[in-house]
Parts: sequence; structure tokens; C-alpha cells
Amino acid sequence: MSVMTMVQAINNALDIKLAEDKSIVMFGEDVGVEGGVFRVTEGLQKKYGVERVFDSPLAESAIVGTGLGMAMSGLRPVVELQFDGFTYPAFNQIISNVSRMNNRTRGRFKAPMVIRFPYGGAINAIEHHSESPEALYAHIPGIKVVIPSTPHDAKGLMISAIESDDPVIFMEPKRIYRAIKQEVSEEKFTIPIGKAKVLTEGSDVTVIAFGALIRECQKAMVMTKAAGISVELIDLRTIYPIDRETIVNSIKKTGRVVIVAEASESFSVGAELMAIANEEAFLSLEAPPKRVMGFDTIVPLAQGEPFYMISPDRIFYEIEKTVRY
Amino acid sequence: MIFKDFNPAEDKTFRIIDDDGKVINKTYLPELDNATIIKAYQSMLFARVADQMAVSYQRQGRMYTYPPILGQEALQIAAGMIIREEDWLVPAFREMGVMLAKGVTLKEIFLYYLGNEEGSNFSNANHVLPICVPIGSQLLHATGIAYSVKYQKKDEVVFPFIGDGGTSEGDFSEALNYAAVWQVPVVFTIQNNQYAISVPVRNQTKSVNLAVKAVAFGMPGIKVDGNDFFAMYVAYKTAFDYARAGNGPVLIEAYTYRKGAHTTSDDPSKYRTKAEEQSWEKADPLERMKKFMNINGISIENEEALIEQYKAEVDKQFEEAENFRPYELEDVFNHMYVEMPEDLKRQKANYEQYLSWKEKRK
Repeated sequence: MSVMTMVQAINNALDIKLAEDKSIVMFGEDVGVEGGVFRVTEGLQKKYGVERVFDSPLAESAIVGTGLGMAMSGLRPVVELQFDGFTYPAFNQIISNVSRMNNRTRGRFKAPMVIRFPYGGAINAIEHHSESPEALYAHIPGIKVVIPSTPHDAKGLMISAIESDDPVIFMEPKRIYRAIKQEVSEEKFTIPIGKAKVLTEGSDVTVIAFGALIRECQKAMVMTKAAGISVELIDLRTIYPIDRETIVNSIKKTGRVVIVAEASESFSVGAELMAIANEEAFLSLEAPPKRVMGFDTIVPLAQGEPFYMISPDRIFYEIEKTVRY
Repeated sequence: MIFKDFNPAEDKTFRIIDDDGKVINKTYLPELDNATIIKAYQSMLFARVADQMAVSYQRQGRMYTYPPILGQEALQIAAGMIIREEDWLVPAFREMGVMLAKGVTLKEIFLYYLGNEEGSNFSNANHVLPICVPIGSQLLHATGIAYSVKYQKKDEVVFPFIGDGGTSEGDFSEALNYAAVWQVPVVFTIQNNQYAISVPVRNQTKSVNLAVKAVAFGMPGIKVDGNDFFAMYVAYKTAFDYARAGNGPVLIEAYTYRKGAHTTSDDPSKYRTKAEEQSWEKADPLERMKKFMNINGISIENEEALIEQYKAEVDKQFEEAENFRPYELEDVFNHMYVEMPEDLKRQKANYEQYLSWKEKRK
């Protein structure tokens, strides 16, 4: 065991897989010499050489498109897109080709690749550096979307993502890249994609979140505890394929659900979770399902960000309203 | 004609003065009077002072991440002297010098980097687009604007900017191709400052230079010493005249060096050597201009006092930006749509309820 940040834990996962599997290559903008703008791939080029870990020319569509070519011909690329807001030039490749190749060729060409990028706000950034596009990607049939909330989970999920024969979008909550330190095993281990985790058991209300907002929910739970509200907190871990079983069992038990996420509310992962609650736990509901999510606006620049970001206060406010409904 | 004399396919670079400020190409030395030359130098100096103070505001924790222009002043001021009020500036995000020339205020630039969208309103400037962070995407807007200009028979030229890294994006090629096919008035500038964050231009392209990319699209291209004010001035004047006369687009590669970091979040020591940085010192655009002025007996009186005066001006504008009215909830919502949808009004009202709950709890 050693104490790791999420950056270190992901780096460790990449290191383990690079050592173990020669078919793995990593590239993207500033990934090689610099080790990525957040240093997630730091040291890997030195260790594994420029043929396996390298800087690409500046073109996101090319990073994903050439990655798909590699994936269809015997390699397992792990590509980095530099920021959430810079993934969109690659959107065409993801939605038109990466997600469909297995289906299009009836399994003849698979796309075993991981597309990693940092996502989310609250880092006082300029535009295009604070976005949470998980719903855009989860909406694409043929893609898996994974979001870790701790260094431990990031490592186990990253190894699973690299080993997946289906393409995986791996979204890294940049706000907690270094904010959380945790004991993480240096050995190889995996965490299954498609399984949520009940972090805290409770009886009054189910709170579902993922990524950086798990921590904000846990802060809110100090307040709910003081108010005598028993919260069951679920970390989704994987956005798609979504773990219906864990979600539905919990909502059936508590009768209430509050969903917390940073992306714009409309047509979001929150909307999907509410649909699941209504489809499968309707008769158990004692209050309307509630979303605590971003406005349907662009994430504001730093001065406006505090209005947009989901605070523990606001999470508590909505939980309390739902419980007292 | 400089486009013929400095054919990028032969990897020629257009220069007028050398690193010592000596004229090495008399044929093309522009006829500028002393007052204009002094004005150009002062504009470069002002841009440099403002830029260095911006970095220091960031370091003091008074401003967020900022992309310095240090070392790229000459090409920007030269562009600024050619671009008229009615012409269009389509920036990337490292064009403060051109933006100032176009009438954007420092206060607005600072306001943006203080995290307020109001800094992109540019209420004093005409035909300036906001900075564009998604690399290269702005070039297509420039080509579209130029189509409008041609269609509306206006006398305007469009000046988009991009970096060396941006030339690898598909949008770069698409914008150049469209502009050439449509034969519209665009003067594309590549600020080749040698690095796309950490990636050197030699790993970005195997083209002999960046200007040569124009050849494939069927437009003139020229590689210019971007730290040579006079060469940049002549290149811009020639390209402007060419585009304005209806001949179609031109591509200018301004070969320069990013003396500072990519942004204040970046640490260049990770990817380049001190020796390399020092080797560019002698090419510093302000130093070269000053040497030229010394040789030619053009002097600036009391430069120290001038710098102090500039610093005071920059400080004043920064303080104005700092003292801009506080950001309000309305600012998040008001400009999302021209006509705010009911659903957004609902979200805002819900948030206001939360705020009043929070207020009561205090």
C-alpha cells in the first residue's frame, strides 16, 4: 500500500498495464515529454519509450480516429483528450465510428480503446475547462462511460477500462485530482465496470452521485446527520452500463431519491436516474425524485462559478425538502 | 513582390532588419516617419508592460490563469497598425497586442481573466471577436465573415490568428480551403512561437515551414521573421492590399518565440532548455527595434518615465476591472438565450428559493 492522489493512482494503473501488455500505447497532446498538463502520464514515456507513450500533433479528432485504427489492428490505445471542452472535435469519431465499429462489422472489428479526459468545474478556469459532458457520451450506444470518485477506484476502474474489449470513455474529476489522498495497493486490482457502490447505508433517502460530487455529498451528510436524516449514499462509478439493481434496491428501501451532479439538469444522467426510479420503484416512492444539478447554462467563469457549482449546503437543502415532503 | 521573392516552398524567411537592428533588405524597408516608428515602439512597450503586469497580478493571486504574449509583440503591433477599424480581428487567445490596437481595453481583457464574461463584450471596439479557446475553430468563423464581407460588397478585411499547434487541427485546413475556393478577403496569421504547450513545432508538422501549407490551398503564403517589426509591417500591408483588392486570402507565418510560459499554469522548464531560451534573447523584438532606432538616430526620451507611466495606466485599468460590479445570479442566466426559456426561469427561481433559505439559516 502507498498513499496516492488520483493522479498518482491513474498513473500507477497505466504503468501496470504498460508493463504487462505490449499492445498498449498512449498518446495525446503533451502526454509524452511533459507527462500531460495534469501529469497523469508523467514518467511513462521515459519508462516505456516514445513508440508507446508519445505526444500527438494538436488534433483531437485525429487522436481518437487514429486510436480507433490502432484498436482495430491489434493495439489497445489509451488516448488522452486534454480537457472536457476539447473533446468535441473528436465527437464525430466517437459517435460515428468508435461506438459502432463492433456492431457495424458484426464483431469482426472491435474497438478496445480508452478515451481519458479530465472533467468538471470549480477550478476557476477559462471557458471549455469546466464541463461535465457525461450525458453526451452515455447517450451514445456502444460506449461505456466510467467516472471514479477516489484514487483507489480510479486505479481499479482504469485497469478494467483498459482490459475492456468495448470502448470506454474514462472521465477524471480534475477538481479532486490531488485533493484526496488515500492508501492504494500497488498491486494490480480491478473494479468491475457497470457496478455502483453503496458508500453509506441509510434508511430515509437515497442520494446518488459520482465523481467529485461524492465528496460534496459527504460534506452535506454531516448536516443531514445533525438533522437526524439517515442517508444512503451511492457512488455510481459507471454511468453506462448503469447499475439498475443497486439503484432500484436502494430506492425501494428508502422511498426517496436525490440525484446530485454538476452537469446541466435537462436531458442528463439525473434525468435517466429519475426515469429508472419511476420505471422500477414507482410504488415505493414517498416523495418526487429530486435532482440537484447544474443550470441549463454554460459553466460560468470563475466569478459566476459559485452560483453554478453544487454546494454541500444546497445538497442538504434539497435532501431535507425531499425527506420532509 | 514579396510573395514571389520569399517563396515558402524554398524555405525563405522575409526579414528587413537583423538581430542587431541593421537593415539587411533595403528594397522592402517601409517608408515610415520617425513619429510612426516611435509610436510602434511605444505600443510594443506598452503591450509588454501590460503583459508582464498581468503575469504578476496572477502571481499575486489577484487574477486567474493568463497566457502571456512576451516576445510576440512586434508582429502584433504591426498587425494592429494595418488593421483598420472596419476590419475584423478574429483572435485565438494570445493576441493582446492586436486587441489593444483594435480598441479593446485592458480593463476588459483583465475582467475576462478575473473570471467575468463581461470582459468579452468589447464595448469600445468594433469587429473584434472574443478569444477562442477551442484551438483553430475560429479560423472558420473568419472565412465565414469574409464571405459576408464579399457578399455585402463591404470594404473590410478579416484577420484571424492561430498558433503553430493549431495548424494540425482539421479546422485550419478547412478554413484555408474554403477561403481560397470562395476567394474571400482573409489574412490568416500563424503565430509560430515554436511550442504548442510542450510540443515543439518539429513534432507538429513535417512541412519545411508553416507558410508552405498555403501552396496546397492555392493561396500566397509567406514566412516572416515575426520579431522584425518592419518585415511584419510590410507583410501585413502587402497581404492586406492583396486581400482587399479581391484576390482572395493570404497566409502569413510569423516566426517568433514564446518567451514566457504557455499560460501561468505552465512550467516550460519541463520541456525546453535554458540554453534554447537564451539563444532567442538576441532576437527580442523590442531590443531589435531599439537597436534600429539607435542606429538611425531615433530616440525615445526618458523611457524609464514612460514605463512608469504605462505601469500606472495598467494598474488603473486593472483596478477598474477588480472594482467592476459584483457578479450576480442574473449574469449566469441573462445571456444564455436572447429570449430566456421558461425552464431556465424556473431553475433560477428555484435557486433563489434556496438562497433565501440559506439567508434565513444564518
